[in-house]
Amino acid sequence: MMSYFKLFSLAAIAFLLAGCPQNTVPDPEPTDTTYPADTDDASTSGADTDMYGDGEFMDDPSAGELTMVIYFDFDSSAVRAADQDIVSRHAMQLGGGGSVRLEGHADERGSREYNIGLGERRAQAVRQMLLIQGVSADQIATVSFGEERPVGFGSSEADYAQNRRVEFKYSN
Amino acid sequence: MRKLTSILLSLLVFACVTASAQTLRIDVQGVAQPTPVAIVPFGWEGDAADMPLDVVKVIRDDLLRSGRFAPVDEAKMLQKPTDGADVDFQDWSFVGVEAVVVGKVIQTGANAYTLQFQLFDVFGRRQLVGYRMPASRGTMRGAAHRVADMIYEKLTGIKGVFGTKVAYVTAKREGEGRSYSLIVSDQDGFNEHMIMESADPIMSPAWSPDSRQLAYVSFEGNQSSIFVQTLRTGNRFKVSSKPGINGAPSFSPDGRKLVVTLGGVDGNLDIYVLDINSRRTTRLTTHRAIDTEGTWSPDGDYIYFTSDRSGGPQIYRVGASGGTPERVTFEGSYNARPRLSPDGKRLAMVHNDRGNYRIAVMSLDRKDLLVLSTGRQDESPSFAPNSDILIYATRQGRNGVLETVSADGLIRQKMASRAGGDVREPVWSPFPRF
Repeated sequence: MMSYFKLFSLAAIAFLLAGCPQNTVPDPEPTDTTYPADTDDASTSGADTDMYGDGEFMDDPSAGELTMVIYFDFDSSAVRAADQDIVSRHAMQLGGGGSVRLEGHADERGSREYNIGLGERRAQAVRQMLLIQGVSADQIATVSFGEERPVGFGSSEADYAQNRRVEFKYSN
Repeated sequence: MRKLTSILLSLLVFACVTASAQTLRIDVQGVAQPTPVAIVPFGWEGDAADMPLDVVKVIRDDLLRSGRFAPVDEAKMLQKPTDGADVDFQDWSFVGVEAVVVGKVIQTGANAYTLQFQLFDVFGRRQLVGYRMPASRGTMRGAAHRVADMIYEKLTGIKGVFGTKVAYVTAKREGEGRSYSLIVSDQDGFNEHMIMESADPIMSPAWSPDSRQLAYVSFEGNQSSIFVQTLRTGNRFKVSSKPGINGAPSFSPDGRKLVVTLGGVDGNLDIYVLDINSRRTTRLTTHRAIDTEGTWSPDGDYIYFTSDRSGGPQIYRVGASGGTPERVTFEGSYNARPRLSPDGKRLAMVHNDRGNYRIAVMSLDRKDLLVLSTGRQDESPSFAPNSDILIYATRQGRNGVLETVSADGLIRQKMASRAGGDVREPVWSPFPRF
């Protein structure tokens, strides 16, 4: 559980990073959620909590879900500059514990076992970045599926680009 | 969870699918002058109306598919003898065939038969070979392939491979996931048996030299492991499951060792020799490049492998007990997945031919490279045990299908793909041992 202080500091940082709140794109309207009535035996009672007035949550600038897959250029295992922040966010995430399996993939061209090698090289490139950013080696496992688990099933350049990737799989 | 998976898997192992016989599309690009032969309908002596299997159809299909023979139509035959003594050579030379095959199936018990045949040289007017063997309903197809093998060898001087098997991997999409199977079948696609099935990828099957076992890679539990499975019993044992990559197994000629690729936690793929009994490994390469796809030379002296130590992948070889690797291929920017012909004379590989990945063969003494296939994405070449034919996978639409090609590139044929399955990584078995 995060302390209120930590939450507050994060919110403050978020505010500073986000700049003028007017400039941010508003989130889509949340859909109404109805909760089922309590059916358990616990009893509840009211208390006066009206101390600060209703607040609202603020956006995290590196907003949204952690991106779980990054893509690579043909015949390359270099993490693209634009994806280095994604890897850094994973390093931060792992700083709080847990472990990740890096799954490397290749496109279908060429020999299957050699493609296992290419997928592993990509997973290792991400692993090295995580290690440099302080993640402990025993938090990271790598596996390469080569061309065996494609996302794009065709043989177009778009399919190939989708398949040259590393996926982050968290086990907890 | 892992335990449950392995229990489920072992239940599935060797669940023989009595899959409907795979129909082979005969799509032969043959030699210019295939030899005309006559395979006369065989006689039948038994209590049922027909023999248990149309053995002549099996023999005829084998010879036709080889691309080297043109079996003559039954309607053109002037006589249909079932015994060698009744063959009239004059008639057959009039029909224009060079060889005649006659034979019969004789029932000798409830499920016991004798299959016999004789092969005659029409011009020489003599018997080239005659043979008689016992068979049951279950072994009749194999016996017919053996007849075709003996005919093929007598007429071409090359050992036939009709009695051999192939193993291959299929992948099918199932909802969100995929289902992978390891299949063993006769070389003509009949008698398919699924020997292993998994929701995770299966890769790199390899035959033991006695053709009783298959080594393969399985990704059960999202970790690659190498297994060796005995075909008859379906029992398998895990021979390598180290951290990182465990891949590309291939048996030593004596069957006691495997050459494998191990990656370790740092992912540096190198070639190792794994002693199957002791599970002890010996490291053969130490380069930080990708070293993989090791395969033994038939004499056991060398291990050929793929390495991208020079930039792109090329074939290298290293002494089977160590030494300095030497580069073998120099033509083109991409040569991978080496496989030696069983006679040790030729090296097959995946070769990038102006942007297309194709099967090429290089003779080891002359070093000349011959591109054998015509696809965009051909892979996994494997020699037949007679060194004369190769099988490989090619693309047809979105699916992989199997093709065979003669080592001189002249005769090519396609094996029709199973419905919905993506077929890949065919490996040809050694000769059966009688």
